[in-house]
Amino acid sequence: MQLSVNGVTHDLDVEEDMPLLWVLRDELGITEPKYGCGIAQCGACTVHIAGAAVRSCQIAVSSVWGDVTTISRLGASEDLHPLKAAWIEHHVAQCGYCQSGQIMQAANLLSRNATPSDADIDAAMSANLCRCGTYPRIRAAIKTAAANMRNGE
Amino acid sequence: MTAPLPKAKRSKVSRRKFLIGSAAVAGGVAFGVYFVTRPPGNPLLRDLKPGEAAITPFVKITATEITFIVPRADVGQGIMSTQAHLIAEELDIDPTTVTLDPGQPHPAYVNAKIASNSLPFQPLDESFLPRTVRDLMETAARLSGAQFTGGSSSVSDLHEKLRHAGAAARETLKAAAAKRFDVAAAELRTENGAVILPDGRRIAYTALAADAALLEPVTDVELRPAEQWRTLGKAFQRTDIVAKSTGTQDYGIDVNLPGMLHATVRANPGRGAGLRRYDDTEARSLRGVHSVVELTDGLAVIADNTWRAFRAAAALDVEWLKPDYPATSDEMWRILEDAHVDDNIDSRLRDEGDVEESLQDTDVITAEYRAPFLAHAALEPLSATVLVEADRVTVWTATQVPAAIRDAAASMTGVAKDRVTLHALPAGGSFGRRLDHDYVLQAIEIAMSVPQTPVKTSWSREEDMRRDYPRPLHMARARGAIADGRVVACDIDTISPSLSASWFGRVFVVPPGPDTLIVWGAYDQPYAIPNYRVTGYRAPELVPIGSWRSPGACSNSFFHESFLSELIASAGADPLEERLRLIDDPISRGVLEAVGEMCDWNGADIGPGRGRGIAFAHSHHVPVAEVVDVSLTDKGIRIDEVWIAADCGTVFDPVNAEAQLTGAAVWGLGHAMNCELTYENHAPIQTNYHAFQGMRLYQTPRFHTRLLQQAPAVAGLGEPATAPAAPALADAIFAATGQRLRQMPFDRFVDFR
Repeated sequence: MQLSVNGVTHDLDVEEDMPLLWVLRDELGITEPKYGCGIAQCGACTVHIAGAAVRSCQIAVSSVWGDVTTISRLGASEDLHPLKAAWIEHHVAQCGYCQSGQIMQAANLLSRNATPSDADIDAAMSANLCRCGTYPRIRAAIKTAAANMRNGE
Repeated sequence: MTAPLPKAKRSKVSRRKFLIGSAAVAGGVAFGVYFVTRPPGNPLLRDLKPGEAAITPFVKITATEITFIVPRADVGQGIMSTQAHLIAEELDIDPTTVTLDPGQPHPAYVNAKIASNSLPFQPLDESFLPRTVRDLMETAARLSGAQFTGGSSSVSDLHEKLRHAGAAARETLKAAAAKRFDVAAAELRTENGAVILPDGRRIAYTALAADAALLEPVTDVELRPAEQWRTLGKAFQRTDIVAKSTGTQDYGIDVNLPGMLHATVRANPGRGAGLRRYDDTEARSLRGVHSVVELTDGLAVIADNTWRAFRAAAALDVEWLKPDYPATSDEMWRILEDAHVDDNIDSRLRDEGDVEESLQDTDVITAEYRAPFLAHAALEPLSATVLVEADRVTVWTATQVPAAIRDAAASMTGVAKDRVTLHALPAGGSFGRRLDHDYVLQAIEIAMSVPQTPVKTSWSREEDMRRDYPRPLHMARARGAIADGRVVACDIDTISPSLSASWFGRVFVVPPGPDTLIVWGAYDQPYAIPNYRVTGYRAPELVPIGSWRSPGACSNSFFHESFLSELIASAGADPLEERLRLIDDPISRGVLEAVGEMCDWNGADIGPGRGRGIAFAHSHHVPVAEVVDVSLTDKGIRIDEVWIAADCGTVFDPVNAEAQLTGAAVWGLGHAMNCELTYENHAPIQTNYHAFQGMRLYQTPRFHTRLLQQAPAVAGLGEPATAPAAPALADAIFAATGQRLRQMPFDRFVDFR
């Protein structure tokens, strides 16, 4: 079985039903996506497959349909991705455990909607759980990132 | 190892611990004070190489790098960064250029504040007896090696020690430079990691390490006044914020070592009881399974991958023994109700006026309140990695109790304490859960079965919630009276198992005397109600319980403030004005006045379909006032705005302080809305976030915060804003609907959008 992660193709010898999350974490040593619930209730394991945000704990590795991207690969250039920069600027993270998933989810939102309203942010982000309660700063950071992306930064 | 000892044995052990504990306070004071007030030594000196300097236990300098020892655990509250900035302010260095190391457990890093905070005195009482006993308890904490992170105590305990460490390091480096360049130390200054000579040359601290190592450290230093701070008190960048914003922060569960095996645990959800029988044939036949290990109260599966371990654990065929506590929440509530009898009175630390007399002739107002069991459910499931070798043990984990882990690892494996190395890692949340070390002891037990091989043990989310030490069940019965539009009597009986006996008994020693946690957040409020009494009733233990963000206060504040709101409403008084009239502490009045100004307070009526609520709490030495606005929508109640005013004294880290205020309020609001653990068959039926939602982003209100900085003593902010959140929300819902909510979670009675 082959899997492309962050532009690198890996040969795997694993069960077809092993969730992508555990292939990434325990087989490939990519620990950016986090295990939080295992049942798509927290979003800490969010990665992109072919550009779409998915819960990697729910995707059997054999059914991955495209290139997998994790947060370290988010943003094409040397510069920080505007979402990462905005997360730093707003000091969003407390424990930070959910934030890779939050950022990957937000990236998916901004790729579809350059000017998200509060309601758009609510709709896109509310399945990502943050036990520390960083939600007000997540909202603010997404707006900042959206503005900076519109301005070409 | 998590199973309690049989009854007879257990009481003997706690009796012995009790004697040792009280001897340290009552009998061994002179020696103890002498012994522990000696400097506890500098653990860094032991491993220093030539040319390296460890000027204090908190600062180590070599020719190539500077390391700060930041011993308080970062569980998300940002304390690693705050510790670093406290040292750096005096040392004149950018803390992002410094290596931050939690260090090894040592008396130099003991938390003295936490012990004194649990004493049965009013927190605002600075008279002789409370002051003296607080000092003695701090001494006892040092004697017993109580190095832990909790109780919102880190900043108050460490802020002077760390700034002093930075200043001592700075002056010692200046002395080294003065000697080498033959100039007076007074002519030198420091800036950005270097000593600046009078001619402007910059000598990096690292270049002075070898010289400084030969000097007696300069310890007679004065701390810079706040007006001279360049970083503290201003917006600065958290040391971990880049890693946590780019996916590069590793947590305890991310440990990856060569040759490491992956384990998980399936233990009896009935805490304290063991296995009746099991069959592991199928589990052991699955791919990647290395072994199945019998634990004290469960089974572990060791495999070559965490998911394979999870899958095999699920395939175990297990029957559990029954624990000795009731099977259901309903039965436990009945035990709590039955515990409301004089024989169970544990404390009456507030008793003013004549409560019985005041409740004789008037229409007595009564109410009963309830707070459920709650899980911590930090997003990172519990995990620990352990390597057991012939003469040493190495542990990698996120913990709030490093010294207790070192001691347990030594006694379990038989190696000497100084052969235990603990790598304390950042935690993906804790909220008090990592004040217990059951998961680490299990991981040690598991690793002992495969010596020489590192084993990472990770709990599944389900295991994490089934095997929590939850917030205790807690209830209150209250009576009160009003006269002439004022509150004149308030009598609160608060009933709970003893958290102190349960938690301290597992991790530390059970402190003598009443359990102030039963009444915390109720007996210690600064109201001058003419007839005012708070009585704590100690109920049987039920399930083993744990510290949950603002223990005691998180339930008692809901009871106390909700009842006060009921009395004030019955009196027809204004909820803010009547609280201001009743509070006799100017700092506490200050936060109420501030929150009133922030929200343009003009009563609880803010228009049809809406409601405004208010609550105040003196929690963990911080007065906090919160106002909540709600609206009724066709999808349920919406929380619109929350205003928070608090006074923790000097604020060192304002960006993080604001995050702690809002995060603690989200925590208090979310759990009050929709979270509880309900026991059936001796175990909680809620085992994952679908049944334990908390607050989600779409439900999050707009927050407005203010820190007044008028309080004379510095206090921490990890917990205080939790306590008033639930009663303020209940009060707002009453204002909007006329319905009083006296039991959490509120979604038993109303819908939230």
